Amino acid sequence: MKPDILNIQNLCCGYPKFQLAEINIDIPKGSFAGIIGPNGSGKTTLFRAITGTLNIKSGTILLGEKDLLSLPPRQHAQNIAIVSQFSDAGDISVEDYVLMGRIPYHSRFSFFESEDDFRIAGKYMEMTDTWRFKDRLMSELSGGEQQLAGIARALTQQPELLLLDEPTSHLDITHQVHILNLLQQLNQELGLSVLMVIHDLNLASEYCDRLILISQGKMHTQGTPEEVLTFQNIEDVYKTVVVTQTNPLSGKPVIFLASQKVLKEIQEKLSNSR
Amino acid sequence: MQKKYLRWVVYLVGLIVLLVASVILSLSVGEMNLGFSDIFSILSQGNDSMEYTILSQIRVPRILLGIAVGGALSLSGILLQGVYRNPLVEPYTLGISGGASLGVAFAIVFGLHQLIGSFVLPLTGFMGAFLIIFLVYTISARSGRINIQSMLLTGVMVSFIASSSMMLLMATTSSENLHGIVFWIMGSLDEPDMSLIYITLVMSLVSLVASYFFVQPLNALRLGEEKAKHLGINTDTTIKLIFLMASMLAGVCVAVAGVIGFVGLIIPHLMRLLVGSDYRILLVSSFLSGSIFLVLSDVIARTIISPNELPIGVITGIIGGVVFLLMMSRSSHRTLKNNG
Repeated sequence: MKPDILNIQNLCCGYPKFQLAEINIDIPKGSFAGIIGPNGSGKTTLFRAITGTLNIKSGTILLGEKDLLSLPPRQHAQNIAIVSQFSDAGDISVEDYVLMGRIPYHSRFSFFESEDDFRIAGKYMEMTDTWRFKDRLMSELSGGEQQLAGIARALTQQPELLLLDEPTSHLDITHQVHILNLLQQLNQELGLSVLMVIHDLNLASEYCDRLILISQGKMHTQGTPEEVLTFQNIEDVYKTVVVTQTNPLSGKPVIFLASQKVLKEIQEKLSNSR
Repeated sequence: MQKKYLRWVVYLVGLIVLLVASVILSLSVGEMNLGFSDIFSILSQGNDSMEYTILSQIRVPRILLGIAVGGALSLSGILLQGVYRNPLVEPYTLGISGGASLGVAFAIVFGLHQLIGSFVLPLTGFMGAFLIIFLVYTISARSGRINIQSMLLTGVMVSFIASSSMMLLMATTSSENLHGIVFWIMGSLDEPDMSLIYITLVMSLVSLVASYFFVQPLNALRLGEEKAKHLGINTDTTIKLIFLMASMLAGVCVAVAGVIGFVGLIIPHLMRLLVGSDYRILLVSSFLSGSIFLVLSDVIARTIISPNELPIGVITGIIGGVVFLLMMSRSSHRTLKNNG
């Protein structure tokens, strides 16, 4: 069995009004993992605990062998890179924005970027296909392009683990698939471990090899999509009636919803036939 | 070399040339106009002629103070805007001018400057500013972690209290004192004490150098506090230190030169439009253009109704505001075209 890239034991953290309790997660190195769960279940809180923006009450988070909680901020940023939902970078050129990924490697007093910095940033801009608009401002880009630039910046940090907060939530299906295919490619070709918070269960099923289902601040299930995305689990957590089937192409679970009207009709049919 | 760095060199050289030009202009015009070519011979001879006295006693001190105060206010503005990520923040938003004015008004109303000496005014001004900085800082840093938005609100509220208290003092004092307070508030580069001028100049130059220790955090903070943290920046410490440095800088300026408005708001804005948002070039160019702006404003304040002098705060406000509106409307035309 592969060693874990991320190992969370008995994690408790949160805000006065919302707590995560007893979270245990292990993600093997090289995984493409997803955190799923309803709104308000604690996905973002968990995410913030891992990114180090939230103080932790108890528990441990190990990144490989390193204790994440005692890692200095700079080294934290060398090991984990984060892509947020919105880049919010305004009047910064795409190239300058991507170069900011080198900040964790700069000494406090280095003033100019080195040739290496430009080379590394350039490499990942080409990999994410953002090189062609490197001189445009971030604010001029479309949502999908901004997301790509965000991934290029994160890769420029040369992390061991890439964290993404709902990378596809405001994109159309073309861009959703484009971003996720890119992540999958990075995962396979660079061996980069990926962990993302994602709302769309079908996308999660299709792309992730490991899912973590969270409900009301607690762990519900973790495992492969087939293990996690059963209709029992989903109805239990989301309080919604669903039907699960198998994607004929990939063999991964697919989740279908039904409207209230349809559900009623089925119920009536059932009671009539009795 | 990267194109970006080459462009920075051009901006830097351009601004230095402009600063030298405005200094020469400021040396030559005034009640007595001196030819450009004469200035250097007069200054190098150093005799007791009237021209030499005018230059060395009146114009040079004003120029030095203009460079120091203009640069410092502008630097303070760009630092605070960077930390707060709010383009409307300037050194005075946080109550620094209110505190300094309150201190000076207090000194004038109770006749401290006649009792002890004229140096009391800058001293009480600085104490007033410092008190406000201390208040804002402790109120917002109490919980250990600094919340930027609440800090800004605290500053605005403390500023209101300070200026209302000053109104109270003004309402209850004699008209003679009132005149003194109003003139001090309007600001002037007329400072008889040469050592104060040197202190201000040294302090602003040292701060400019010191601000460069923060370029990396400032650049990262352009993405917001949380994302700067993700890049390994210790944002809490950065924000505290920059706040303290920027507000002390503004406090010294207000104490020495009175409330000279708009420099700390407008110059950083114009520089952002001109040189871009990278703090490596933004800090020094804001300083230089603040100096240029104040030296030129002082030329206008001295000459427009010569032999009388207008308060420089009025000039900076009017000229700065108009120039800024023009720039804004032109740049918004441009963005409209780009988008259409």
